[in-house]
Amino acid sequence: MGNGTRIGQVRGLGSSHHGAHHWLVQRVTGVGNLVSAGFLVISLALRDDFSYAALAEWAAQPIPALMLALLVISTFWHARLGLQVMVEDYVPDSASRFGVSLLLSLVMVAGATFGLFSIGKIVFTGQADAAISAARAEAQAQQAQAQQQAQMQQQAAAQAQAAAAAQGGN
Amino acid sequence: MANRPLSPHITIWKWGPHMLVSILHRVSGDGLAVLGLGVLLWWLGALAGGAESYASFTSWMWADLAALEWSGLDFFASAAKALLKLVLIGLSWAFFNHLVSGLRHFVMDIGAGYELSTNRRWSILSIVLGVVLTAAFWAAILLN
Repeated sequence: MGNGTRIGQVRGLGSSHHGAHHWLVQRVTGVGNLVSAGFLVISLALRDDFSYAALAEWAAQPIPALMLALLVISTFWHARLGLQVMVEDYVPDSASRFGVSLLLSLVMVAGATFGLFSIGKIVFTGQADAAISAARAEAQAQQAQAQQQAQMQQQAAAQAQAAAAAQGGN
Repeated sequence: MANRPLSPHITIWKWGPHMLVSILHRVSGDGLAVLGLGVLLWWLGALAGGAESYASFTSWMWADLAALEWSGLDFFASAAKALLKLVLIGLSWAFFNHLVSGLRHFVMDIGAGYELSTNRRWSILSIVLGVVLTAAFWAAILLN
């Protein structure tokens, strides 16, 4: 910051009117974390079955899946802002600071995208798998029932034949 | 940046709870951001990957300590598994600590709690509450 011309006095101070933005979004995502991570932690604390099947079934339900997606968005955003502060505090050289901040943004967006993709896969393929295996089980049950009925009909027919033969013999 | 004189800090102050809660907020927050989100992504990815990948996740992150092999090369994998268990417990503490000291920040954002004695009381309370909530969480999980 210089102290000559008016433009020189403000150069390097950053763009105007945006100073509070980082601070404010940190608070907003903080509340988001409180709600979404609170949901996850309470859900885990109340749970007694931590098997894959039980957890995958839980995570594929609409409300848990939505809360997990919001958790990923809110925490990654909040974490990016927090890590940026750490970078700004501890990386002294302005060129490296810019580079590390840029890398940080890319990594956080990539991480959040991976998280959202995973949740999508749990929800959509999980339900598809469940629907397929349910349909398969139903088809097998119907087949077994049809076989049983056919056997019973055969037996009944054989009995009737035997009875008819016995009557004829009299 | 011009080489302006810095006011003396960190080294000249007697440590108090407000300083501890401040640095713990930063440590737990950055720990959660780096390790916590990593574990979250591993957990979600493993759940998405199916039963086998989920079994691999739990075998690393929450190993049965009694069943670990310590001979030969197994030593390194077992040491990593024991460490990861500690990391997960540490992350749960980081979560509750960051949550409580974050709530303290919200209170201070509205301009409350800056009197010395009040600030000291809430600082101590938020550190203690973070530990208590962590213990309560694991009690709920393990005793369920």
